[in-house]
Amino acid sequence: MAMTMTEKILARASGKAGVRPGDNVWANVDTLMTHDVCGPGTIGIFKREFGANAKVWDRDKVVIIPDHYIFTADDKCHRNVDILRQFVQEQNLPHYYDVGSPRYKGVCHIALAQEGHCRPGEVLFGTDSHTCTAGAFNQFATGIGNTDAAFILGTGKLLVKVPPTMRFVFDGEFPSYLMAKDVILHLIGEIGVDGGTYKAMEFGGEAIQRLSMEERMTLCNMVIEGGGKNGIIEADDVTFDYVRARTGKDFEPVKPDADAGHVFFKRWDARTIEPTVAKPHSPDKRATARELRDVKLTRAYIGSCTGGKLTDFVSAAQVMRGQKVAVKTFLVPATTEISQGIRTEKLDGKTLLSIFEEAGCTISMDASCAACLGGPADTFGRINGPEVCISTTNRNFPGRMGAKEGQVYLASPYTVAASAIRGTITDPREFLQ
Amino acid sequence: MSATVIRGKVYVLGDNIDTDQIIPAQYLNLVPTIPDEYEKLGSYALCGVMDAPPFVPKGEMKTPYAIIVAGRNFGCGSSREHAPIAIGAAGGKAVVAESYARIFFRNCVATGELYPMETPVRLVDEFVIGDEAEIDLDANTLTNLRTGARLSLNPLGDARPVIDAGGLFEYARRNGMIASNLEPDVREAVPVNRVVED
Repeated sequence: MAMTMTEKILARASGKAGVRPGDNVWANVDTLMTHDVCGPGTIGIFKREFGANAKVWDRDKVVIIPDHYIFTADDKCHRNVDILRQFVQEQNLPHYYDVGSPRYKGVCHIALAQEGHCRPGEVLFGTDSHTCTAGAFNQFATGIGNTDAAFILGTGKLLVKVPPTMRFVFDGEFPSYLMAKDVILHLIGEIGVDGGTYKAMEFGGEAIQRLSMEERMTLCNMVIEGGGKNGIIEADDVTFDYVRARTGKDFEPVKPDADAGHVFFKRWDARTIEPTVAKPHSPDKRATARELRDVKLTRAYIGSCTGGKLTDFVSAAQVMRGQKVAVKTFLVPATTEISQGIRTEKLDGKTLLSIFEEAGCTISMDASCAACLGGPADTFGRINGPEVCISTTNRNFPGRMGAKEGQVYLASPYTVAASAIRGTITDPREFLQ
Repeated sequence: MSATVIRGKVYVLGDNIDTDQIIPAQYLNLVPTIPDEYEKLGSYALCGVMDAPPFVPKGEMKTPYAIIVAGRNFGCGSSREHAPIAIGAAGGKAVVAESYARIFFRNCVATGELYPMETPVRLVDEFVIGDEAEIDLDANTLTNLRTGARLSLNPLGDARPVIDAGGLFEYARRNGMIASNLEPDVREAVPVNRVVED
């Protein structure tokens, strides 16, 4: 039977020759990821349900990445990392990236990729809705709650309903001023924040194949903002180069069958997409950057799993070099590897760090989720009043970055950098052409 | 929780109530499996909602509202299980919405904290905050006891026995999917397709 990539992965993971959308299958899990916000509750359920001395189903398949509330004085947050640490010791888990150690990484979705835990054709569940980021690697990857995660910890399986697939195809090549963030904000504006609910969102076409892994990750990262269960992209040499540089493990990618069925199909000419912004308070309130030129900002923010990768900082630096920001601009890298890259990567002989410092940005090198989701009151970059912020992050529901009075506009690193310089929402073409 | 009739006051919300409004991220330092932190999560339920009277009155731990009536895409956003848990810990029993975000719906069922009922029509205009209402889970109806209007709900189907049992683990145990004593050999769990899925 003809199958999509998502169907093929779930068929293989459940030991079936084929599956159809709507089938309930028990999928064997290749990787379970959890972090400091949902890990302690997951561990609590695991112990309650399987017993105080129970062992996880497979030590090598559990990955624990503290990343949310790390650089804070909040006692409970530290207590939560202690719970993770103790569990890792008890269970002797090899894949733990401890706070305060050289192994500390930062934002889990980027760390998973950088540490070789994202492999084509596999099944990844994580206790975080942006686990769908790993679909960029041709994985079935999706977010789950603590109870489901505890079930996996004990059994290595989860019952999954096979989602129908929506296919989005982009022909040609995206213009140089456009980023994957613009593309996904454009799509979410088109289908709405629930347009992909219960569905797989598959991206294809020549323009997608031309994207770097980091840009593909941005695209898949935000399918959850369209309600999607997972995002997925075909693996190619770009994928294999990234993965093989980070893991020696074997993997088996899947390709879509030409006659596989879709519940939605649309093609775009990649050149027609413009720099796109989501207005407060929903990721589907779409406008072009040009249409919002009268919006005055009080701050800008570059960071998170969505917009805090090295490629995102390189893009911001391309716009900011030789410029000064007009509003307070917070920068926080997603992972420690990216912090290092900001120090060493150069544009025109200058490090990204010196470009940002000379532009007047406020930079934290403490890689974490930081203010993307507000967090404890002392979180770097948190919105604590009626700020109007443009951000490379993923959500702008009321109170997402802290105070309910805050207004958050979502945009690409190019657009955020250009807007930070002007102090009003600005189309990055004004700086890039 | 096991119920056939849920009766109580109604709290009314609009579309796209996301998990940051249900339980703002600053309270995610609380761990739901620690009993006093579970209770505390309840005291913050829905405190991120703008322009509405508090779901849990200031200084109190429990809500006077057993039933939430909402629009489309309730619970969108994060996978945090703290969201249905906060509403359940506050004393909320059911949500009646036009549709749900996938992970929130699944978390309601997996935890057994809340009955996530769907309606075929938009109901938010049929209720005002504080109305008394009654959900009949067998008849699949929601009755506004102030107006007398009796509205039909979509059947919960396979999700109901899981919530009735108190969540995924208790359901799995009762149905022989995992052993009833602790330390079960769950690796031999018998997959049954009757368990609700998203």
